[in-house]
Amino acid sequence: MRILRILLEKEFRQIFRDPAILRIIFMMPTVQLLLMPLAADYEVKNVKICVVDYDHSPYSRKLVDKITASGYFTLVDYSDSYEEALGYVEHDEADLVLQVPHAFEKDLVRDNGTMLFMSLNAINGVKANLGGAYLQSIITDFNNDVRLNWLQLPRFNSRPVISILPVNWFNPLMNYQIFMVPGILVILVTLVGAFLSALNIVKEKEIGTIEQINVTPIRKYQFILGKLIPFWILGLIILTIGLLISRIVYGVVPVGSLFTIYFFAAVYLLAVLGLGLLVSTLANTQQQAMLLSFFMMMIFIMLGGLYTSIDSMPDWVKTFTLINPVAYFIDVTRMVILKGSTLVDIRSHLIIVFGFGVVLNSLAVWNYKKRN
Amino acid sequence: MKQFLFFVRKEFLHLWRDQRTLFILFGMPIIQIFIFGFALTNEVRDSRIAIIDEAKDEASEAIIHQLEASQYFDIEKTISEQQLVRAFREGKIKLAVVFPQKFNEQLQHTNAASVQLIADATDPNVANTLVNYASAIILDYQKQSKGFEPFPYTIKTEMRMLYNPQMKGSYNFVPGVMAMVLMLVCAMMTSISIVREKEMGTMEIILVSPMVPLRVMVAKMVPYFILSAVNIASILLLSVFVLDVPINGSLTLLVTECLLFTLTVLALGLLISSVSDSQQVAMLISLMGLFLPTVMFSGFMFPVENMPVALQVISNIVPAKWFYYIVKNVMIKGLGFQSIWKETLILVGMMIFLMTVSIKKFKTRLE
Repeated sequence: MRILRILLEKEFRQIFRDPAILRIIFMMPTVQLLLMPLAADYEVKNVKICVVDYDHSPYSRKLVDKITASGYFTLVDYSDSYEEALGYVEHDEADLVLQVPHAFEKDLVRDNGTMLFMSLNAINGVKANLGGAYLQSIITDFNNDVRLNWLQLPRFNSRPVISILPVNWFNPLMNYQIFMVPGILVILVTLVGAFLSALNIVKEKEIGTIEQINVTPIRKYQFILGKLIPFWILGLIILTIGLLISRIVYGVVPVGSLFTIYFFAAVYLLAVLGLGLLVSTLANTQQQAMLLSFFMMMIFIMLGGLYTSIDSMPDWVKTFTLINPVAYFIDVTRMVILKGSTLVDIRSHLIIVFGFGVVLNSLAVWNYKKRN
Repeated sequence: MKQFLFFVRKEFLHLWRDQRTLFILFGMPIIQIFIFGFALTNEVRDSRIAIIDEAKDEASEAIIHQLEASQYFDIEKTISEQQLVRAFREGKIKLAVVFPQKFNEQLQHTNAASVQLIADATDPNVANTLVNYASAIILDYQKQSKGFEPFPYTIKTEMRMLYNPQMKGSYNFVPGVMAMVLMLVCAMMTSISIVREKEMGTMEIILVSPMVPLRVMVAKMVPYFILSAVNIASILLLSVFVLDVPINGSLTLLVTECLLFTLTVLALGLLISSVSDSQQVAMLISLMGLFLPTVMFSGFMFPVENMPVALQVISNIVPAKWFYYIVKNVMIKGLGFQSIWKETLILVGMMIFLMTVSIKKFKTRLE
């Protein structure tokens, strides 16, 4: 116990005497939390549209008015040349082109039906899909307006109509930031924890100070614990800073209890730090450790469900997600912060991540060799 | 010249003898391409949904059957109202479809019935998409049911997907991965390898040698430049042959632009190495100062046009943003040099600026 206390004292001194690292440790989460949610705004708005109007009728103009008034679209160009409109798309100045054919109004009124043509820049699939869907719904609306003008609707439906009532739970205002902030919080805690712990032991190897430790009676598990505990505390401090920022800046107040979040984070940090320490015992140079943990973190984070939903991934990736601790934590923070899930709801996540922690730390202790 | 070649050889040996690092440097782009190409899709499929069927009649069952048949949904189970909140909280379902009592009866007799869709809106875009898909299926059923005639005065819409008719996510991701990998290999690795010499003390030996500092630095860059060229080749080959992303424009132009970007990023790496004293600092700076901005501002993960104006202005100083634009235009849209000369010029300007600054800042003396 005394040995551990002395080791901890040494580690804390090392951390606090390196102002550059300390600054980065605290700056990074703050800056990221302030910038990332602003950047990671997937809400599709300001879709840039070019209208090619071959008709120039009152109806076509009414449609354009309706599109621009919706607030989702910015009219970039209104012309009667498709080539010109395509030029805008080529230079990324427009996302979609709407073509109103010649005799649009005439066909609609006389022949009971007409066509519109939409061309979407589909390199960015989400934007194309959602932009197209918005435009479609505006056109449907417009269509209904036209019908009302020409038809006298009966008081009762003359044909069966199913009305669909969508309700949005947990995030009724569909605020994208509320969705992103908890996920980013996870990334911050993960990055700081994983990188610092991965670099730590290997640094002692590179500088040579590990030799000094190897000739002392310090036990292997004591050494690993001495490395683990300081970063574990740092991780929880970063989580606290993150939660404060998300509350003050973004107004994200967890629906569930803070205790649940901290309890899970404490267990999760064991797993992440264990992984970092394992990398650190494997690598010979800091460069290697950095690359190796970067490589793993990149895969974990990309496949963690922060940016794209895990449900839509192929089956082999879903299987991999079962051993991805980041995915569990992202899931849990969202569940607790947005839906108010309790410890009982997240019990399976908790047990699995605890398992990771035990396995990874045991591997790190086992792999750290005091002999050359 | 001979001196210079010796130095280049030394750097190669450094790289070559660290097999693990080399392995990761070559393996990383390959794995990234696979992850981005296959795993990351924004399309929604197999989403788990729950059904609350209070009606249990002909109409509700027909709709449930159609929901089940669609590739977008996996019906978790039919549950009761009490279990619903819990299922959402445990994250088991994304959407619930609620049929009221006497659904079919109302539909047949009063010609009006309603279905409720309860979405887990924690992810707003997924919620939107799911509601859209489910609505489409329900409306489809309505169209097929008897007594339904098409409405008069109908505007139909035809959609055409430009450049990416199959809506593949990889079209968007491949240029981005290229920027990310080059950033990592060139900037981070170069800066670390220079700072390591500082940390280990071997820099002193180099500085007292008759080599001109400029040559020392160029020698450091050569192996990483070649490594990047290999990575560019492997990314392009994989994307064409594995992901079926075509190279629609000129290959020569594309490769030239890639090499130009590589040089720009190498210059950034030099700059980082001249301002940092320890490997850890160099790594954290490259991570925060280069990697995150590349992911955030280049436009391949996050839509730049949605950001606040201040961030949009900042995004202009991120080289990856211009590179991403160039690769997208040349590789996917198949446009020629006249459409990207401005962006190319910006990259050239950035490269010259960064090179000059980092050569100026390179210290020939130890403090």
